[in-house]
Amino acid sequence: MDAVIENLPTFLEGFRNTLALLGIAGVGALLLGLIVAGLRISPVGSFRGFATVYTEIVRNTPLTLVLFFCAVLLPYLNFQPGYFALAAIGLTVYTSPFIAEALRSGVNGVHVGQAEAARSIGLTFGQTLSFIVMPQAVRMVIPPLINVLIALTKNTSVAGAFFVLELFGSARKVTNIRGDEVLAILLAVGVFYLLITVSLGLIAARVEKKVAVLR
Amino acid sequence: MTSVLYDAPGPKAIIRSRVISVIGAVVIIGGLVWLILALGAPKVSANGAVQPGLWDASRWDVFSDVQVWRTLGQGAVNTLRMAAVAAAFALVLGIVFSFARASDSKWVRVPATIVLEFVRGMPVLLMMLFILLVFSTGSFWAGVAALAVYNGAIIGEALRAGIASLPRGQREAGLSIGLTPISTRFRIEFPQAFRQMLPIIIAQLVVLLKDTSLAFVVGYEELLRSGVSNLTNFFGSRYAFSFFFVVLAIYLTMNLLLSWAARIIARRTGAKAGGVTITPDEDSDLDGAPGLVGAGGPTPGQGR
Repeated sequence: MDAVIENLPTFLEGFRNTLALLGIAGVGALLLGLIVAGLRISPVGSFRGFATVYTEIVRNTPLTLVLFFCAVLLPYLNFQPGYFALAAIGLTVYTSPFIAEALRSGVNGVHVGQAEAARSIGLTFGQTLSFIVMPQAVRMVIPPLINVLIALTKNTSVAGAFFVLELFGSARKVTNIRGDEVLAILLAVGVFYLLITVSLGLIAARVEKKVAVLR
Repeated sequence: MTSVLYDAPGPKAIIRSRVISVIGAVVIIGGLVWLILALGAPKVSANGAVQPGLWDASRWDVFSDVQVWRTLGQGAVNTLRMAAVAAAFALVLGIVFSFARASDSKWVRVPATIVLEFVRGMPVLLMMLFILLVFSTGSFWAGVAALAVYNGAIIGEALRAGIASLPRGQREAGLSIGLTPISTRFRIEFPQAFRQMLPIIIAQLVVLLKDTSLAFVVGYEELLRSGVSNLTNFFGSRYAFSFFFVVLAIYLTMNLLLSWAARIIARRTGAKAGGVTITPDEDSDLDGAPGLVGAGGPTPGQGR
């Protein structure tokens, strides 16, 4: 147990970095996912095609390879904002298709009559989407979206393998120094992760109750 | 094919849509060409030495070596082997978890719920490291155990959601013809739930296959480690990018094939999901049982 207490500053730094990665990549992925979902259902054929191909390719690439691309190939192109930013970019890109798919399934879940009514009073595609369909769709997919964010929380641990000192990275660092207390160290790090994921789950339940659409 | 979201395009809208399509395609293709050219351009490093571009023949000649392909093949086999063993254990664990979670006895249900929540909130990577260091298994079994427990928990939740979504009459009918509760669950409810949740389970197996690449962190010789790290160490960093692209291609092939199989199975089993949806998308059946989204159950392929 003293190994945990001695190295608490390391863990806290890792925790901060994990939270920062989660925040940045989460917001980024939400925006990017919203754009991809919009492209995916847009009237323009090439946009639909591009969004589909993007979703399929990114979704079927292991996160380790995405982060490898970001941490090794992007610096080769003289793009060197540091490993933390690169990891955030990789996580954003990797998470965005999952957000897009969740949003699209929400759009599919909105009753057809809603879109028909919107169009029949003369709203354009953009207006139908942003005023009528999306507000309902987003409410409907809050639980899956939070599931994606919980998955993202866990995925930030992979960034620890690519030179970012977040929770997993700090666990590896400390276990290298204190090989005798591996169990306590890993359990402590696990508790930190649970702190994030469980509270996200609670928020999901709360928000779901609050914004649920009565249908 | 029309969508409810916009009118069937008239002559003007068709032309406009074509113009936007062409411009969009040009921008996207232009970006890709720029990326390819930028990767292919020779690079001058700080000390003045010129490195050849990434598409230069000198970076790719290594693939005439049989040994490279043998190593890549071995890596792919190792990846598939880990995925197969972990998938088998994950399915068994998932079934056990779903029964424990839906059990009538509080003494089984509550601990099972706690364990499941704990496992689902843990990164797979941390579990792998934990199992490797604490139980000092080899890297193969550390990877298999972590993947099996994690994906087993998710499959178990999916199965439980499937059992919960069955009409009550199924269970009542089973009990009323004199089956015990356990055999009702096994012979009446479980087969239906399994069939209903098959698309989600297969989507989870794609995730499992992708996640085997995490085992490279604990030192297992799978595709990523043997393909990118080991070969690069052996043949020199000149070839790192070439190896990366080939490994990426292999992963994409494996995963897309499995996703494609999942889609076919989903289409075959999920015919009941064919309600009217807003977008006329070909593969909207991937979204599977629509009730799941609202119920907050596990959704297919949520990243991990």
